[in-house]
Amino acid sequence: MSEQTARLESIRALIIRHKRWDVVFAMLGLFALMVGVLTFVALFTQMVIDGAPRLSWDFFTNFPSRKPDQAGILSAWVGSTLVMIVTAATAVPLGVGAGVYLEEYAPKNWMTDLIEINVTNLAGVPSIVYGLLALGLFVYGFGFGQSILTAGLTLGLLILPVVIVATREAIRSIPAVIREGAYALGATKWQTTSHHILPYSTPGIMTGVIIGMARAIGETAPVITIGALTFIAFLPAAPFTGDPPAGLLDWVMSPFTVMPIQMFNWTSRPEAAFHHNAAAAGLVLVVMTLSMNALAIYIRYRLRKSIKW
Amino acid sequence: MVGTPAPEIASVTAAAARPAAAAKSETKALSFYYGAFQALKSISMPIYEKKVTALIGPSGCGKSTYLRCFNRMHDLYPGNRYEGQIMLYPDNTNILNPVVDPIEVRMRISMVFQKPNPFPKSIYENVAYGLRVRGERKRALLDEKVEDALRGAALWDEVKNRLNDLAFNLSGGQQQRLCIARALATDPEILLFDEPTSALDPIATASIEQLIAELKAKITILIVTHNMQQAARVSDYTAYMYLGELIEFDATDTIFIKPKNKQTEDYITGRFG
Repeated sequence: MSEQTARLESIRALIIRHKRWDVVFAMLGLFALMVGVLTFVALFTQMVIDGAPRLSWDFFTNFPSRKPDQAGILSAWVGSTLVMIVTAATAVPLGVGAGVYLEEYAPKNWMTDLIEINVTNLAGVPSIVYGLLALGLFVYGFGFGQSILTAGLTLGLLILPVVIVATREAIRSIPAVIREGAYALGATKWQTTSHHILPYSTPGIMTGVIIGMARAIGETAPVITIGALTFIAFLPAAPFTGDPPAGLLDWVMSPFTVMPIQMFNWTSRPEAAFHHNAAAAGLVLVVMTLSMNALAIYIRYRLRKSIKW
Repeated sequence: MVGTPAPEIASVTAAAARPAAAAKSETKALSFYYGAFQALKSISMPIYEKKVTALIGPSGCGKSTYLRCFNRMHDLYPGNRYEGQIMLYPDNTNILNPVVDPIEVRMRISMVFQKPNPFPKSIYENVAYGLRVRGERKRALLDEKVEDALRGAALWDEVKNRLNDLAFNLSGGQQQRLCIARALATDPEILLFDEPTSALDPIATASIEQLIAELKAKITILIVTHNMQQAARVSDYTAYMYLGELIEFDATDTIFIKPKNKQTEDYITGRFG
C-alpha cells in the first residue's frame, strides 16, 4: 500500500515538473504575441492622435499645398484608385488565366514544375526590383512614361504571383468528384472550367485578388522608381470621359501620385504640421487597406455559403 | 492467388439459359496500368443488355478501376494506360480505342459516383447539365427532359415544387437520386454505378436499389458494390474480381448458390474478404 502511495507521489511530482514547461511556453508565447500586437496598436494609436484632427471633408477634396492646413490628399487618393483599377484589370485576367491553365490544362512535366516553382518564388521578389523592371520596360521600352498605366502595370505584375497562387489554391479545393461529375456527363475541358471550376473558385480568387490589391495600394518603392510625382495639383482626366475611342483612355497616360508617396513627401518636410498630415493620410490608407481585407472576408463568407463540399 | 486457373466465364451457358439477353458490351483481354502498376489483368466478360451486372470483390481488387474504364475516366489523369478492348454494341465500337474521343464515350455511357456529387447549382440545373453540355437551349424540351429524368429517378414528387433550390439542401439519398436523374437525362446506353449506396443509410439504400431494379427495364446497368447482399438483390449477373483478375463471371443465382470457383465461394460465404 505504501509502495502504491510512493508510486503515485512520484507520478504527481513528475507531472508538476513537466507542467512547468507549459507555463514557461505560455508566457513566452504571450510575450511574442504582445510584441506584435502592441507595436501595431501603439503605432496606430499614435497615428490616430496625430492625424485624426486633420481629417475633414477638405482634407479629401484639397490638392497638396505649401500651407499644411490647406493641404489635402485629393490627387493622392484619386491617383491610388485609378492605379488600382489598372492593377486589377491587369492582374485578374493574367493571374486567373495562368492559374487555370496551370491547374487544368498544363501537362504535368518538369517544365510545368519549373514554372510553378518560379511563380511561387516571384512572390518573394523585392518590390523595388519590379520598379526597376518597369522603369526599363514600361517607361522607356514601351514609352508609357511616368503614367497611371505604368504604375498600374507594375503593381499588376507585382501581385500577379499572389493572384496565380490564390487561383490555384481555390481550384485545388474543388473536390475531384465534382470535376469528374462534369466530365462524366460529356463536358469538355473548357465547359468544365467555365461552368464549374471558375464559378466555384471565385470566392477564393476574389480573396486573393483583394489581398494582393491591399498590398499593392501601400507599395511605395516601385512607384517612386518609375517616377511618380510627389507634388501634383491637378487630377487626371476622369476615366472614360474623353472623346471616343482613343480619348476614353486619356486617363491612363496621365501623371499621378499615390497615397504612400504623398505620405512620404509630407514626412520628409521639416514642419510638424506636415507630419500630422502624413499621419492623417496614413490613417486613410490603413482604413482603405483594412476595408479591402474586410471585403475579402465578407465575399469569402457570402459566396461560400452556397458552396459546401 | 496461387495457381488460379483461367477465369470461369459462363457467358455461353448463361446466355443459353436466358435467351433474351444480348450482349451490350464485351470486354476483351482488358489490362489497365496506373503508371507501372498493373491494376487489371486481362479481363474478358460480356455485359448483357438491359440487365444489371454487379462487380464484387474485396477492396483493391480493381472493380472500380474496371468500371471507370467504361467512361474513360482514367483519361483525366496522366500515366494511365489501357490494353485490350471494350466493345460496345450494336455499332461495334472499341471505346478504349485512342481515336475514339472519350467525350463521345461519356455521352453514351453515364456514371453515378460513390459519394453523391451534385453541382452547387439548382436541382433543375443539375439535371439539365448533361443537356446543356450538348448545346440544348430550348426551354420546353429541357423542362420535359428534366421532369422525365426526375420521375425516372423517383425524385420528381419530392422536388417538383422546389426545382430552383440548391441541390445541397437535399438529403444524402435524394442527392444520390438527383445524380441518377442527372445521368438519366441524356438517355445513356449504359449506366455505371460506383458503390452508389456506400455513403447512404439503409432506407435511402433500399430506395436506390428499388430504382435500379426499375431502371433495368430500359437501360443496361453495371454496378460496383462492396455489399454482397446488394449484389444478390439487384443484379442478374455477377463478376467476382480479386487482385485485378476476373475470377468468375456468371448469372448471379449461380455465383451465390453454387459458384464454380473455390475462391468465389470463400468470398461469398464470408470465409475470406
